[in-house]
Amino acid sequence: MTANGWFQIAVFLLVILAITKPLGVFMTNVFTRKKTFLDTVLRPLERLVYRLTGVDETREMSWIEYGAAMLLFSLVSMLLLYLIERTQQWLPFNPQKLGAVAQDLAFNTAASFTTNTNWQAYTPETTMSYLTQMAGLAYHNFASAAVGIALAIAVIRGISSREMKTIGNFWVDVTRSFLWVLLPACLLVSLVFVSQGVVQNLRPYDTAQLINPYQTQATGADGKTTTQTVAQQTIAQGPVASQEAIKELGTNGGGFFNANSAHPFENPTPFSNFLQVVLIFAIPSGLTYTLGRMTGSPKHGWAVWSAMTVLFLAGVLTVFWAEARGNPLPAGVDQTPSSLQAGGNMEGKEVRFGIANSALFATVTTDASCGAVNGMHDSFTPLGGMVPLVNIMLGEVVFGGVGSGLYGMLVFVILAVFIAGLMVGRTPEYLGKKIEAFDVKMAMLSVLVFSLATLALPAIAAVSPRFGTSSISNPGAHGLSQILYAYVSATGNNGSAFNGINSNTFWYNTTLAISMLMGRFLAVIPILAIAGNLARKKISPPSLGAFPVTTPLFTMLLVSTVVVVGALTFFPVLSLGPILEQVLMTAGRSF
Amino acid sequence: MAAQSKAKTASLSDPSIVGRAVLDSFRKLSPRLMAKNPVMFVVEIGAVITTAELAHDFWDRSRGIGPATGIGFGLQISLWLWFTVLFANFAEAMAEGRGKAQADTLRKARSETTAHVIRANGAIEEVSSSKLRLNDIVVVSAGEFIPGDGDVIEGVASVDESAITGESAPVIRESGGDRSAVTGGTRVLSDQIKICIKSNPGETFLDRMIKLVEGASRQKTPNEIALNILLAGLTIIFLLAVVTLEPFAIYSGAPQTLFVLVSLLVCLIPTTIGGLLSAIGIAGMDRLIQRNVLAMSGRAVEAAGDVDTLLLDKTGTITLGNRQATVFTPAPGVDEKHLALTAQLASLADETPEGRSIVVLAKERYGLRGIELSAQSPLFIPFSAHTRMSGVDLDGEEIRKGAPDAIKRYIQERGNKISSEVEEIVKSIANSGGTPLLVARNRIVLGVIHLEDIVKGGMKERFEHLRAMGIRTMMITGDNPLTAAAIAKQAGVDGFLAEAKPEEKMALIKSEQAKGKLVAMTGDGTNDAPALAQADVGVAMNTGTQAAKEAGNMIDLDSNPTKLIEIVEIGKQLLITRGALTTFSVANDVAKYFAIIPAMFAAAFPQLGVLNVMRLHTPQSAVLSAVIFNALIIVALIPLALRGVRYRAAGAEALLRRNLLIYGLGGIVSPFVGIKIIDILITSLHWA
Repeated sequence: MTANGWFQIAVFLLVILAITKPLGVFMTNVFTRKKTFLDTVLRPLERLVYRLTGVDETREMSWIEYGAAMLLFSLVSMLLLYLIERTQQWLPFNPQKLGAVAQDLAFNTAASFTTNTNWQAYTPETTMSYLTQMAGLAYHNFASAAVGIALAIAVIRGISSREMKTIGNFWVDVTRSFLWVLLPACLLVSLVFVSQGVVQNLRPYDTAQLINPYQTQATGADGKTTTQTVAQQTIAQGPVASQEAIKELGTNGGGFFNANSAHPFENPTPFSNFLQVVLIFAIPSGLTYTLGRMTGSPKHGWAVWSAMTVLFLAGVLTVFWAEARGNPLPAGVDQTPSSLQAGGNMEGKEVRFGIANSALFATVTTDASCGAVNGMHDSFTPLGGMVPLVNIMLGEVVFGGVGSGLYGMLVFVILAVFIAGLMVGRTPEYLGKKIEAFDVKMAMLSVLVFSLATLALPAIAAVSPRFGTSSISNPGAHGLSQILYAYVSATGNNGSAFNGINSNTFWYNTTLAISMLMGRFLAVIPILAIAGNLARKKISPPSLGAFPVTTPLFTMLLVSTVVVVGALTFFPVLSLGPILEQVLMTAGRSF
Repeated sequence: MAAQSKAKTASLSDPSIVGRAVLDSFRKLSPRLMAKNPVMFVVEIGAVITTAELAHDFWDRSRGIGPATGIGFGLQISLWLWFTVLFANFAEAMAEGRGKAQADTLRKARSETTAHVIRANGAIEEVSSSKLRLNDIVVVSAGEFIPGDGDVIEGVASVDESAITGESAPVIRESGGDRSAVTGGTRVLSDQIKICIKSNPGETFLDRMIKLVEGASRQKTPNEIALNILLAGLTIIFLLAVVTLEPFAIYSGAPQTLFVLVSLLVCLIPTTIGGLLSAIGIAGMDRLIQRNVLAMSGRAVEAAGDVDTLLLDKTGTITLGNRQATVFTPAPGVDEKHLALTAQLASLADETPEGRSIVVLAKERYGLRGIELSAQSPLFIPFSAHTRMSGVDLDGEEIRKGAPDAIKRYIQERGNKISSEVEEIVKSIANSGGTPLLVARNRIVLGVIHLEDIVKGGMKERFEHLRAMGIRTMMITGDNPLTAAAIAKQAGVDGFLAEAKPEEKMALIKSEQAKGKLVAMTGDGTNDAPALAQADVGVAMNTGTQAAKEAGNMIDLDSNPTKLIEIVEIGKQLLITRGALTTFSVANDVAKYFAIIPAMFAAAFPQLGVLNVMRLHTPQSAVLSAVIFNALIIVALIPLALRGVRYRAAGAEALLRRNLLIYGLGGIVSPFVGIKIIDILITSLHWA
């Protein structure tokens, strides 16, 4: 654990701290329709959108209407993406003449991008045409992020409003997320990425002659092994920079290339790498301030932010420590850091980024439901690899996905307030609103959906040799981690992969798509119901007797709730996966 | 309920209650009853499953194909699972036990009596009390039991209400006014009254009271329902975690036995709070009953914990009874003793408590005895609310005493004025919160009587505690705003409503509620009824009218308005107990994981022994210890559930910190210790 590494993590946290309030204020103004500096340009555009779509921007929706609009919007976008994937061979911007995407993969990908998961069971540069990437996938990166932000804002409205039947207008919230929050920032950031060397073109792939051709053995379809000489390398191209910004800012994570942010065309420099991790946390962090501001209790926003930060620090420092310590097994590799190398466990990591930045990226991308990677989590040490897994298992509430992180955290807030709230001698209340049977029922339902999808499906896969375990690349505890990670990542709408698992099979494509849809839509409907129910309630004025949600004590309580719920649900299976792998590795066994 | 004070101490130590509770815990095993408690129902199903598995093992062994390992482990697990269910049932039965004992006492008071019904034609007919209908008129004489609830419509009587209130001193019941309500089962000690019956058979106050203390009509309160949902949700999540663990274990090559899986499930699901939840609720109601307060619903008890604003009547709650004369301040040139004598004379015909206090003060301070006046043929002018004066015409002299403006007018009519010095005294008394009364003799003002409200001792501290708890107190008084402000300041209340009329009280409640606050109040008069019904917690005094008692959701049998504060504290204590045990229960799971998970996989992966932080002896002893701890902790916490956690008036932050430390952190740590001790015990006993 080098001083340089500590320093970079500290700088990162400071930058996040610095942007939280300005971003939070800006988003509050956008969604409460106060003046912003972008109004002169965007307001006419917004009006035009409403005129074209026939949306009445003054009309408020009940939670059921809001949810129905959200589902409808997502369903139509998902179908559209599926269609583009299936017909890309006839559509323009396909210089590589890539064929139609297979049915199950197209379904999986459509579900994946609609749910802000960006799980990629395919290699993008050999599967998706430029049109599919731009109009299909990048569009969804914006749309799913905008939906997430809209949902979070609707939930905040539910908490802050007083005896209202409505929680806002979905179409307005989505439009405003697009126009004010996502588009301007991405426009700017894309140019910065280009300045760093991220490519942006529509050219066919380049071919380069290798200076040192090499020989490789390949097994053909007939089972014969042939030796081939490789003298050329194909260098993939494409409109990368324009997708890179939204990939992080929208916590999508779907890479233009298979190697994602480990690819030099996606993430060429340490600066671009730093910018990417900051972008991932930017909106989720800002939304905590928006929560505080819209509910009239900025301190509550900071208390939630602090809880997230505590969990983030615990994660990143564990990975940093585990990876810097390296592999305890004698592998014949020099693992000591020096001026020439990062030291520690560098398997699956980019030498450009080293240990600290890989640890930071892995933690940030799984805290938030981003899923972009700049290193391979599969190659982390068991404990280092457990952190990303646990981060997602906690429900991706450590800043979390844009919008989804906040509303996910609010479920834990409600549970924390409900369990501990009684201990102040009043029936539980959150910011003056009573938490009653309906709210608890919905909060538990949301948690249950997550547990069901993350436990039941991998349990089936683990005992099904034909379609479950046949896809894993390592046996034993590590294989279990691979299966588990896939479902946890899908349900948590993270989309990062543990790699090592061949998920492009009918079983995995289908069940993972179901996990993703459950994790997003089944989990959010109960939360919207809570918002609708809370909106209707009276607010009892703050008093000394009211449950404190602004203090360090509350932060601690919230952290404990998240950890305890997560640990109680997943400790048994973790003990058979990464924990077992770690203790076996310490004992000298590896997979 | 005469045995009330005894019932308070008799709880876990009363053999008759414990005996009945033990029997009840078996009776409650019926699945129909268990299904109401999802958590414990799951444990019961688990117990059935392990018992069946055990029987199956027996059968296999008897045919010689059973597993080589002994069946002692399975037998013990099954037994302890049944104990877990029984312990939870026992907790509930204990909580109910005290109420049932009280109900038995009350039933005796309900025994049938003969009522003398006056028919429309005036004839008196003897009817059994159980046949009385609404609006029957009965006559009750000294020595007879009142046959049913009703209002006195004629006469005055002293009534022994000890059967209901436990208070042996008789109370006066009279027609009209706010002391007209009588309760069936109480006894008339003197005189004769006519009563209009206000309840139908089976719906009397006594009937309702029996049902309440017995818990027969107990329904789950809103918060209890919400908590049950949370517990059921947690149970399902743990069910998922345990059911899916088996496939993962099979994948890892370490399949588990049914005994271990069920044990893990039972240890994880929140059995501690699940087993004690209803006992906590019943005990909370019971604590109110012990303080002679009947809550008509558990909802009202919960609401009491949530109260933001207390409306307290000044008289009798904040101040001692009525205003009392404390000082005679003579006008310049007047002898103080002369003033006192005149004041006493003027007050002889004033039967109000204030008037009497003047006579008493004169007597005590100046040794002035009541003078025999009848010889001088005095003409008494009694106090009336209209003239606001009283006095006496004696030997041609007019002696008067009364409110300053009334005396002022009286003197002006007689061509005189009040001196500026007297005006000064009047003003200073009024500003200090006292009530000035002027004394005049033959159109000359002799001085001023200072009437004072005496604030009860310790009230200021109590209100400070309440403030720390976030509860505002509002004083309700008929006094003028100036007087009210002074007393409010002296008593340390947060606000006051002066010159309060019933409709203003109602408006105040509604405006507080509109701000999202919960309001509690006490009341006894018929004109209080609407406000009592509107308030979230309305405590009616038992001495009050039938209308007030119907409107409130609690009845204070002692008719002590100060008790409202205790009611709030009991409500809070109930909620805190619930929260504390829930937190404790969930926190316990951490240790149980560290006991059971390494035990489950110890055979296949000895390296996982690093998780066995408690260093439990064997996998079997580890699992068994966790199960035993899980069962015993229910029993260990029964006293706490019945008594309620210790409650201190403090702000939410302080309460939360304290309780999180005790029940959160304590909940994490204590099972580590407990399980380790049980492990040592059972291994030394060779149980595992």
